[in-house]
Amino acid sequence: MQTLTYLDAIREALREEMAADPRVFLLGEDIGAYGGVYKATEGLVAEFGPDRVIDTPIAENAIIGAATGAALAGMRPVAEIQFADFLACGFDPLVNMTSTIHYRWGQSVPLVVRAPAGATWASAGPFHSQSPEAWFAQIPGLKVVVPATPADAKGLLKAAIRDPNPVIVLEQKYLYRRLSGEVPEGDHVVEIGKAAVARPGRDASIVAWGAMAHKALEAAGALAAEGIEAEVVDLRTIVPWDRDAVLASVARTGRLLVAYEAHRTAGFGAEVAATVAEEGFADLDAPIARLAGLDTPIPAHPVLEAEYLPDEHKIAAAVRALVAY
Amino acid sequence: MPLTGDDRRRLYYYMRLSRAVEDAAWALAGQGRLVGRLYTGHGQEAIPVGTASALGPDDVIAPMYRDMGAHLVRGIAPVEVFAQYFGKRASSNAGKDSGLHMGDMARGIVGMISVLPDSLPVAVGVALAFKLRREPRVAMTWFGEGATSTGAFHEAVNLAAVLRVPAVLVCENNQWALSTPTTREFAAKSIALRTAAYGLPAVEVDGNDVEAVHAAAQEAVARARDGGGPTLLECLTMRMRGHSIIDPAAYVPAAQKAEWAERDPLAGQRRRLEEAGLWDEAREAALDAELRAAVEAAVLEAAAMPDPEPADAHLGVLAV
Repeated sequence: MQTLTYLDAIREALREEMAADPRVFLLGEDIGAYGGVYKATEGLVAEFGPDRVIDTPIAENAIIGAATGAALAGMRPVAEIQFADFLACGFDPLVNMTSTIHYRWGQSVPLVVRAPAGATWASAGPFHSQSPEAWFAQIPGLKVVVPATPADAKGLLKAAIRDPNPVIVLEQKYLYRRLSGEVPEGDHVVEIGKAAVARPGRDASIVAWGAMAHKALEAAGALAAEGIEAEVVDLRTIVPWDRDAVLASVARTGRLLVAYEAHRTAGFGAEVAATVAEEGFADLDAPIARLAGLDTPIPAHPVLEAEYLPDEHKIAAAVRALVAY
Repeated sequence: MPLTGDDRRRLYYYMRLSRAVEDAAWALAGQGRLVGRLYTGHGQEAIPVGTASALGPDDVIAPMYRDMGAHLVRGIAPVEVFAQYFGKRASSNAGKDSGLHMGDMARGIVGMISVLPDSLPVAVGVALAFKLRREPRVAMTWFGEGATSTGAFHEAVNLAAVLRVPAVLVCENNQWALSTPTTREFAAKSIALRTAAYGLPAVEVDGNDVEAVHAAAQEAVARARDGGGPTLLECLTMRMRGHSIIDPAAYVPAAQKAEWAERDPLAGQRRRLEEAGLWDEAREAALDAELRAAVEAAVLEAAAMPDPEPADAHLGVLAV
């Protein structure tokens, strides 16, 4: 099997879907000859032409609105928002227009919005580090996926492009070039809504997604040396999230830590914790724990950024506390 | 293309039908029988009728709540409108949304939302799809002068101009954004003037003259269809009722309202038809009777349709 970086896996998904389906086209800022700020679309305008890879003005509201219109008119647009933080500039059409269309008048809106999300551990600061999955989890009518591996980056993006609904793909900029892995060639599609057990264990469950799933795996590796077997559940999809997989994991381990890098308060981990408290209470041997970003903007200086972010050491410490309860 | 006598009568007919439907809806709203709040295009009928009638059957519209006439011209039947207003289960929104938010891509209609300028970028995207597929189709959308103060308007107009998409953007300048007059909305002399700076034709039209609106729309539609890119039409009119049915619009100066009452688009077209020998008292009386019967029948038929069931609230969030 081929080995690709997370970024190359995304480009492969785009290329394959564009080659297979003439309705698929890309639009966004600096995605043509420049190839996107992270080069996710590098080479695609040369291969598919400027009608399939459309550079737009800096206008996130119009990018998402126009992509919605093109989807209504039978296309399969894939909009790139340069940074997930800038989804805020296109929030209104997503929340008020795009997400409500199927509920209100029954029309499918096959739209994908890709955006690099998350902190970089490299001082990207308050406006290039956010993890906004919870913003969209509150909005019925949108799907949200956060791939953590190159194989999932390809497979979930392909699933998103083929989905009849608007899907927000929060790519993990921390993983773009840092992470390589095996990626099936050709038609590899990962079903939206299915979590994966990234590492099995019996003593505690760590539910995480995106880059944080890797921090959880690092923590689990360290804990194993201490005799603590932590199970890591990579949620993969935020909406609709895989409750069954999480509840099954908690049933196996009796302990739950939810680790996420968005702000703690009302982050998506709160929803996971609440659901397990409601539906898995009898399986719990310890109170559910959450480990998340601070309730502050995400600071730039490495010392401050590290204080903000959960990492493998903080996760391991939280699991130790759970097991010791 | 010059209008035939039938064309000119047809413009009058749809304005009359639009007003008859909205007058009936107004009365029903007063009786508390509608779901949601009623907004009408009373006094602005020439704009949706004149513009929508310049389109072909494969074109797509993204209308707003003042555009009853655009829906009717596109073949939406009055019974569908009343079913929608009643929130009936078989209506476009099935009771999940209200007012003129009906959508149906099979008939080329994008359903509006209450954030009115949001239809602009969406219409630009529909037009972009036509351009990418090299189809000779046009997208048309309507919005008020109030919407032109939002970022969505400016982003959409700029994107339409840059991508040169086949879109016709129709501004219904009815001079009042709820209670805010145009002098508090923009300092430029006109919306057309502001828009032209984005690099697309922007034309000012007498929005109460249905034939002038129609002629301007035909030109804009032809330009779009021929690859000439988007056009903005600024149609000057006057909102003759409140923003919605609960707004008495006491802030509108009486003299302004009286002046525009003299310029009613329906009366103006009737006069013009009569002067051309295309209309007379007998035809008017026959039309009155026809519309009254058609609207009464539509209201009765819609009122008899089933309401939604509680379980419907859960359904349809996602496509499967």
